Amino acid sequence: MKLYDVAELAARNLRESVLRNSLTTVGISVGVASLVAMLSLGIGLQQLADRRLEKSGLFDTVIVTSRRDLRNFSREQEQNGPAPAESPSLDEYVRQAIMQMPNVFEAYPDIRFITELRFEDRPHLTMVAGLPSSTRNHDAFDGMAGSFFSSESAPEAILQKSFAEQLLGRKGSTEDDGKVADLAKPLLGKELTMRYAERVAASGESSAHPDPAGMAYSVVSREQTLKIVGVCDLDPDSLRQQARARVFLPLQLAESLHVMQPSDLRDPTSMLGGKQTFTTLQVRVNSPKYVQGVEDAIKKMGFNTFSIVDATKNLRQFFAVLDLFLGIFGSLALTVASIGIVNTLVMAILERRREIGIMKAIGASDTDVKGLFFAEAGVMGIFGGAAGVALGWTIGRVINLATNIYLRRQHFPPEQIWFVPWWLVISAIAFAIVVSLLSGLYPASRAARLDPVQALRYE
Amino acid sequence: MTERLEQSTNGSVAIRTEHLCRHYQMGETLIRAVDGVSVEIQCGEFVALLGQSGSGKSSLLNLIAGLDRPSSGSVVVQGCDLAKLSRQELAKHRLRTVGMVFQSFNLIPSMTLLENVELPLRFAEVDRLKREALCRVALDRVGLSMRLQHRSTELSGGEQQRAALARALINEPQILLADEPTGNLDSHTGTEIMNFIREFNDSPGMTVVMVTHEPALAERYAKRMIFLTDGKVVGDRANGAPTPELAGGGPS
Repeated sequence: MKLYDVAELAARNLRESVLRNSLTTVGISVGVASLVAMLSLGIGLQQLADRRLEKSGLFDTVIVTSRRDLRNFSREQEQNGPAPAESPSLDEYVRQAIMQMPNVFEAYPDIRFITELRFEDRPHLTMVAGLPSSTRNHDAFDGMAGSFFSSESAPEAILQKSFAEQLLGRKGSTEDDGKVADLAKPLLGKELTMRYAERVAASGESSAHPDPAGMAYSVVSREQTLKIVGVCDLDPDSLRQQARARVFLPLQLAESLHVMQPSDLRDPTSMLGGKQTFTTLQVRVNSPKYVQGVEDAIKKMGFNTFSIVDATKNLRQFFAVLDLFLGIFGSLALTVASIGIVNTLVMAILERRREIGIMKAIGASDTDVKGLFFAEAGVMGIFGGAAGVALGWTIGRVINLATNIYLRRQHFPPEQIWFVPWWLVISAIAFAIVVSLLSGLYPASRAARLDPVQALRYE
Repeated sequence: MTERLEQSTNGSVAIRTEHLCRHYQMGETLIRAVDGVSVEIQCGEFVALLGQSGSGKSSLLNLIAGLDRPSSGSVVVQGCDLAKLSRQELAKHRLRTVGMVFQSFNLIPSMTLLENVELPLRFAEVDRLKREALCRVALDRVGLSMRLQHRSTELSGGEQQRAALARALINEPQILLADEPTGNLDSHTGTEIMNFIREFNDSPGMTVVMVTHEPALAERYAKRMIFLTDGKVVGDRANGAPTPELAGGGPS
């Protein structure tokens, strides 16, 4: 029998017992739906974790310091490499060289200093840090009230929530869930006055003492007015512990202020020619997998480096196992549904025993009869699979919606915790068809083996 | 169809059975449904198989149809030894070589007449565009051209049997096997069906083997009568010839 005849007769037979076949198909669709819902949740959670890790900037950053600072990140670093006095200095030239390395996204100096900020004539002492515009997508700014810096050199400031509380005199508040928006409202657009110590190169003529190396400098007290543009909830400096900043400036602005850095105290004693050096360089790479290569290359240049081991690999392994378990749980319902298919088709054989006998008497081969039952199982699989994917997709949407309502009530930003990729849609339907065909295997061969004489006697 | 049948009506053998047996085991009892039957039926013959219920006539017909396999002996139809055919080849034999009609018509109730008659054409993989035309001609020939879209349950017994005849003949078989074709019909309708069968036997010269337990019906239509009792042939004579008892020989 030709394929379209098999399909046509199978569709006809399915229509004859429409209620039973529909219920079986619903069974398959529930099975597929649970599989799709479970796996899409697993995939969604994995993507969420990946997004979070990527935004955290923890795993794609290499921190570079000069050995001259005597700040080694490990004993191994202390023992290997050139002696501190002979080590290169971390300056603009090195920064440019690192920027040229393959897979390096950006390299920027870590500028931070403790200074006094005045708000409404009251002084506040805190740590201030420069932030490059690439940190705009950092997860610390997800729940930020206000906006990011308008430009790299704008005289603007973003406050960390705790400092905003301090400015408003709410420090000591035990409420952890104080809303950032409430804190920001009285602060946004207001001005802060920052006092700082600027390093100014000294001119040789004005100096009472000659400076043969040309490395003398003066320290001048300055003031900079900053406009508060944002208050952020999380801490973009979370890794720094004691050196955490509470106020952030655009990086170019921070660089242009030439604020006196701790390493500046050492400069006059060295023979570096008075170039500006950086305490730390933050090097960001395109993907966590490039961290090791870039780190090795920088070490070869004679610098100390520090990075957090790529945790995303372990995380993916964890999610693969999670997906497997979710898939197994999802498949359980499909297994039950497959038993439903076997039951339906075996019942159909009993009901259509005489019909099978007639078909065989007028020339149907075993293959024709087997093909018919197979096609019926396959059609139920196709419809069940398609309906199941639609149902699973809907369940996922509802879970996502409900989760986001909950997150909003808890003052968290909305998240996409559920995702149905195309491959899942296609594989789920294919899986449903395969399971249905496997379920049809036994009934189909049983129908094909029916003795036509016995079947014709059946009433 | 006519050409094919004319070739086979030139006196060659359509069906030959030799020591054909079909035994069933029912618990501890051995049922000898067909027990050493040896007959030869020529192409174009109209043979009636007669006997009481349980005499083995339907079992013999099933063996000739390829619906059942012999326990021993051979059944050769149109030169093919059915005992040696695979299941697939037997299905092809039922599709191409023989056409069957049954006492209970055996139309599929969920299908229309057109669909019922079309079914063997589907198994024969006939192009779907040709199928409808062939079915219309076949149903027209048995006078059912106005009932194409009716289901079998909406038809009288005679109409159902006529449709069954159209279905049996749609693939142009060389042999028509009829198992009590008038058993469920009144005498008037039975006559109508038998006239159709005789017409197929006369005009294209199709071989007909009919099972019946009505000697009168056999005498009226068949050209030869084979009598069976307990699975054995107890008489075999041409219609009009004296019965074995009258001839004095008596079946053994």
